Amino acid sequence: MSTLFPSTVEVQGVSVVYPAKEHTVTALDNVSLNIREGEFISLIGPSGCGKTTLLRVIADLEQVSSGLVRVNGLSSRDARMARAYGYVFQAPALFPWRTVLANVCLPLEIHGIAKAQAQQTALAHLERVGLQGFEGKYPWQLSGGMQQRVSIARALGFEPKLLMMDEPFGALDEITRDRLNEQLLRLWSREKRTVVFVTHSIPEAVFLSSRIVVMSPRPGRIVDVIDSDLPTDRTLDIRDTLQFTEIAHRVRVALQVGHGVDH
Amino acid sequence: MASITEPAAAAPAPAGIVRGAAVAAWGRAGPVLTVIGILLVVWVAAAVWLNAPQVIERTLSAQPGWGALDLIRLTLSMDRPVLPAPHQIVLDLADSVFGWPLDSPRNLLYHAAITSSATLLGFVMGSVLGAVLAVLIVHSRTLERSLFPWIIASQTVPVLAIAPIIIVILGSFGLTGVFPKSIISMYLCFFPVAVALVKGLRSPGVMELELMHTYAANANHTFWKLRVPASLPFLFPSLRVGIAAGLVGAIVGELPTGAQAGLGARLLTGSYYGNTVQIWSALVMSALLGLVLTGAVALLERAVTPGGKR
Repeated sequence: MSTLFPSTVEVQGVSVVYPAKEHTVTALDNVSLNIREGEFISLIGPSGCGKTTLLRVIADLEQVSSGLVRVNGLSSRDARMARAYGYVFQAPALFPWRTVLANVCLPLEIHGIAKAQAQQTALAHLERVGLQGFEGKYPWQLSGGMQQRVSIARALGFEPKLLMMDEPFGALDEITRDRLNEQLLRLWSREKRTVVFVTHSIPEAVFLSSRIVVMSPRPGRIVDVIDSDLPTDRTLDIRDTLQFTEIAHRVRVALQVGHGVDH
Repeated sequence: MASITEPAAAAPAPAGIVRGAAVAAWGRAGPVLTVIGILLVVWVAAAVWLNAPQVIERTLSAQPGWGALDLIRLTLSMDRPVLPAPHQIVLDLADSVFGWPLDSPRNLLYHAAITSSATLLGFVMGSVLGAVLAVLIVHSRTLERSLFPWIIASQTVPVLAIAPIIIVILGSFGLTGVFPKSIISMYLCFFPVAVALVKGLRSPGVMELELMHTYAANANHTFWKLRVPASLPFLFPSLRVGIAAGLVGAIVGELPTGAQAGLGARLLTGSYYGNTVQIWSALVMSALLGLVLTGAVALLERAVTPGGKR
């Protein structure tokens, strides 16, 4: 199994503890998770369950208090320095003084790629998120959904094998979110990148993922990992099938159990 | 009136457009013209009021039976009035600008050029100094704590007090002319630039900084590709304040030297000889120069800022 699907991300016994005045806050408590190449993993749970912290630990945006994180066999810091992943934040975080094209070029510029080649690559990425023709616009001229698609194109910059997304569609309306979910799924099934996706929406997690990691708060830990065997070429209609409802039900139950332990 | 409205009724659309355009033009210029009109009326009234005692004492008291019209006519055409009337200043300005060659000391444009050369030199030096201070402060907490009190304190010293000191010290090194004036101009210029740039360079949020972090960007990249462009919207308003303050600095720098030329020198000689019209002309010329200089900075901002309005 492990030779067929090498681990892209290995998380072993990771804890993140924030020192505070009165009592320490445990954001992650002894969490272990293996993510194989080509998987679409969703981290789901109520706020405060450490799902974003787990993502940030993998991305080397947060330091572990104990435990081990390996990305492509490297430490998370070395993986970041090797530009092993693309990261999409909750907000688009586009630079307002740059055009759409220049925003997508930013990581390539920093990487030292020649301007002409960077622009060519950036244009290709913009086309993959369906934004051809918008490269000359400024961010404020685009809708929220389009801005987030620009930020996805930007994250695809170095052609990373690993794409990490922290509630990227959380601020969008449901119709836009559905459309972007479908686009993201097609992008994933076409290119088979590994995706780690943080969300607090059950339908979103079930629709997108090949595996759903359910987490619970205080302290943040994994309560269940649910495999999904929905067909790869699914469309939004699949939400009305029994198979989809069953998986969604299992996720809901796991979330309730995780919550129940606490009270 | 009826002959105008009747064809308009036959073709209502063009008439509506014409009237609409006239209304729009008035909408834009109207408030400005109204304010100017009110100011002129108040000014003329004040000139009559302030100049009346002198006129009555020196001229009218010898002519019994004088009326209000005599008073108004004489108060608005005095040689050395307490407050000159607007038209006196306009005539004096026009005579100075158009009646003399550009290199004559009687031409106010000559003085404006001298003052603006000191202002521009001081503005460039002040902006560079402000930028250097801001970068140092942003990069080091220690420097922030050691520099900021001095920067604030420097601005609490009245420029009128420090200007003669600077002029005298630099003069003892043989430095005279434009340079000492521009030092005083720089002294007023650097402060708004430094304060605004510190704020601007610190304006990127956590998310933008973390984004650069995920690209394994070094400090250089973060500075030039994120902090500097993010600081421009803070920088340009401060440059506009800075160049106006620099103009004041240059004019103040011309006062204590008994400078031969410059708008400050014109103000000084005007007050020596009680030539109030000359003082007011120089004042109006400095105000116009200030408008031109801040306008130039605004044009520069438009040229440098991409994406037009945000």
